[in-house]
Amino acid sequence: MTGYILKRLLAAIPVLIGLSIIVFLIMALIPGDPAQAILGNFATPENIARVNRELGLDKSLPEQYFIWIFNVLQGDFGRSYILNRPVLDEILDRFGATLILAGTALVLCSIFGILAGIASAVRQFGWTDRLVTLVVLIGISLPSFFLGLLLILLFAVQWRVLPASGMFAVYGGGDLPDLLYHLILPAVTLAVVATGVVARLTRAAMLEVLRQDFVRTARAKGLDENTVIYKHALKAAMVSVVPVIGIQAGFVLGGAVYIETVFQWPGIGAMLVKAISTRDILLVQGGVLIVAAAYVFVNLLADVVQSLLDPRLKT
Amino acid sequence: MHKLIKGIAAIVLTAGVAAGLMSYAVAQTPPNVLVVGQIAEPQSLDPQHVSAVNDFRILMNVYDGLVRYKDGTLEVEPALATDWSISEDGTEYTFNLREGVTFHDGSPFNAEAVVFNFERMIQEDHPYHTGTFPLSFYFSAVTSVEAVDDMTVKFTLNEPFAPFLSNLAYPAGLIVSKAAVEEHGEDFDRNPSGTGAFKFVEWQSNTRVVVDRFEDYWDGAAPLDAVVYRPITDANTRVAEMLSGGIDVMVEVPPDNVSTFADDPAFTLYEEAGPHLWFLILNAKEGPFADMRVRQAANYAVNKEALVENVLQGTATVAAGPTPPAFNWAYNEELDPYPYDPDRARELLAEAGAEGAELTFYVTEGGSGMLDPVAMGTAIQADLEAVGLDVTIETYEWNTFLGIVNPGLEGKADMAEMAWMTNSPDTLPYLALRTEAWPDQGGFNSGYYSNPEVDALLQQARTSTDQAERAELYKEMQAIVYEEAPWLFVANWKQNAVTTANVENFSLQPSFFLMLQDVAKPN
Repeated sequence: MTGYILKRLLAAIPVLIGLSIIVFLIMALIPGDPAQAILGNFATPENIARVNRELGLDKSLPEQYFIWIFNVLQGDFGRSYILNRPVLDEILDRFGATLILAGTALVLCSIFGILAGIASAVRQFGWTDRLVTLVVLIGISLPSFFLGLLLILLFAVQWRVLPASGMFAVYGGGDLPDLLYHLILPAVTLAVVATGVVARLTRAAMLEVLRQDFVRTARAKGLDENTVIYKHALKAAMVSVVPVIGIQAGFVLGGAVYIETVFQWPGIGAMLVKAISTRDILLVQGGVLIVAAAYVFVNLLADVVQSLLDPRLKT
Repeated sequence: MHKLIKGIAAIVLTAGVAAGLMSYAVAQTPPNVLVVGQIAEPQSLDPQHVSAVNDFRILMNVYDGLVRYKDGTLEVEPALATDWSISEDGTEYTFNLREGVTFHDGSPFNAEAVVFNFERMIQEDHPYHTGTFPLSFYFSAVTSVEAVDDMTVKFTLNEPFAPFLSNLAYPAGLIVSKAAVEEHGEDFDRNPSGTGAFKFVEWQSNTRVVVDRFEDYWDGAAPLDAVVYRPITDANTRVAEMLSGGIDVMVEVPPDNVSTFADDPAFTLYEEAGPHLWFLILNAKEGPFADMRVRQAANYAVNKEALVENVLQGTATVAAGPTPPAFNWAYNEELDPYPYDPDRARELLAEAGAEGAELTFYVTEGGSGMLDPVAMGTAIQADLEAVGLDVTIETYEWNTFLGIVNPGLEGKADMAEMAWMTNSPDTLPYLALRTEAWPDQGGFNSGYYSNPEVDALLQQARTSTDQAERAELYKEMQAIVYEEAPWLFVANWKQNAVTTANVENFSLQPSFFLMLQDVAKPN
């Protein structure tokens, strides 16, 4: 097992390097440059040249890339052009917030998705099944940024029970209850689509498992229905559900880009949006690298859990 | 199954109760603390490192310059300098500095501090010239800054440069503490120290910037205990925060939401016209717009009143020429905006033989001061098509847009949207209407307008130090440019802001700065 994990981690390195080259090239190819973004209306060729000199962007592209990767390997991600602070500080500040949001959403979508999937599989074509299917369909179809605004309107503007945006109260606050309180709306919004996906998959997997011989045997042995479903069938169904949750982790990280913007959650997604529009290359590079690394890691984790659940995959 | 349903019900109930219990914490901001909803995270709190109005809204309350804009105007009055004299030839400015002023870090304000500030900005080899200095060209005419004595400073310019005093009142001219720059080095951006009415307390990334009242402020301590700036980039979320009581002040209210706040007695809406111009650059070098009559026709064809009322929902006024009325002393009152007259437009097009001409129109998705550019572009396209022009829109993201428009429209397009916000009437025409400002010479005259008479007027106005003479020259320039229509003049933006009704003494400035020194919020 350890060997397998190590091999997977090593395989991630070329992926991350390749990714950083692609991101670097895309950022270089799109028109507009950081000097342009910094100077706005005042971007005369003279001023651009001066700012590029101040930023070290007057060097050739390969030169810039190698300087960057060389520094990254030594743990130096450079300074953000726009924020005037070290990229690593900004990313670390932001990454925690994204992990809290995406992690909560992932937990929510796993719990509710699996529960809903089981409920509708057990009563296939019954009213529970139909209701769950309908709700899930709506959840999957609704764009999450729209749902987010809707929830803000209801809970923050209309009823004033939950805050509209931010991670902590502006004045006072800053403790755990305050965080949870601010977390409810964005986490729920972010979890909705993924919950739908997990629910549908769990339903399909459960339906398949419930038809298998070992379930019939269990029932024939006279085990009560709850034991059959939760101990026997669910464990078998989880084998195909867990990797999907791993993939959902990727979607949740990606979805965080919108949700963080709508809810002003100070995470890495909102940071990337801003950094791309201001051509803050070093910040984009650093942010993408971290998100990609997180994605690789979560998928690895899902694979490991799956192999623990599925005796056929044990090596 | 029953257990499951019970379980879900229990979770939902618990969540509901928890939310109910926590609602006590919702939203009332404390008295004497003003929470301002900003449009973005500041880039830096070093006034020499920034160029965005969003950052100016913080900086102007933390720092002072040698001079500042008089309340409600764009005219200069003393601040850290008590008075000044200008040499006969307009190249030497000598300032007497205010006695007894200290920076928030306790270090004294004196001639040494002023010299340090400007040398740091202008000299690229200065030990503290780290990071970018986007607006340092405001002072590119300055050849030397010297301390005559402890409280007197002399600036020497390489040529007479009339906007100099106005530029000193701009954020690039705000004075930072030398001691703090030396202590924090590159991290001064996040550890600012000035002489302003509020002193910096903390900057939590993407959450808030907090400043407290500076008790020893030379111009009288502010009524507020503190100001909290919150970055809320999404406009809808900003509106929702305002409605739900999470912020006391909101800047840049989207046009669609203005009436919501105007009609609600719990809020006060403020509007102030600013030195802003929204216009279309017309390609005067080639294609249909090379003919002045076609450019005039376009100005007649577009219904600017309707754009301002319907698309911008009254958040702007119709522009009459290249100079915004906010520069009241330099503004030519005699010019009325081109009236909406499609028949006149058709006549002019017929005279020029340009009926049915095909035009390419560059539109941007959004950008600094661009005022709903997509909807505006579409409405303008419809007006131009109504008089028989065939307009094709190409839309670009803002930075991409600047990257293709600034190098000039030749061979690419006939017209492009543009907006400028400046602090003196000199800047925009000097950078965007002179022959020497064609893109290949490093200016922003992307439509290649050229008139030697205008060139001469602009040069003279910029070097004269007599305001009355400058005003005459600018008025003359406006009349010519109005007639020759190198641009399609559309709108002057009214900056707006909303406060809750309990915020007192709030006002907006034509400079678009947010000055909070006198604002109070007793409960």
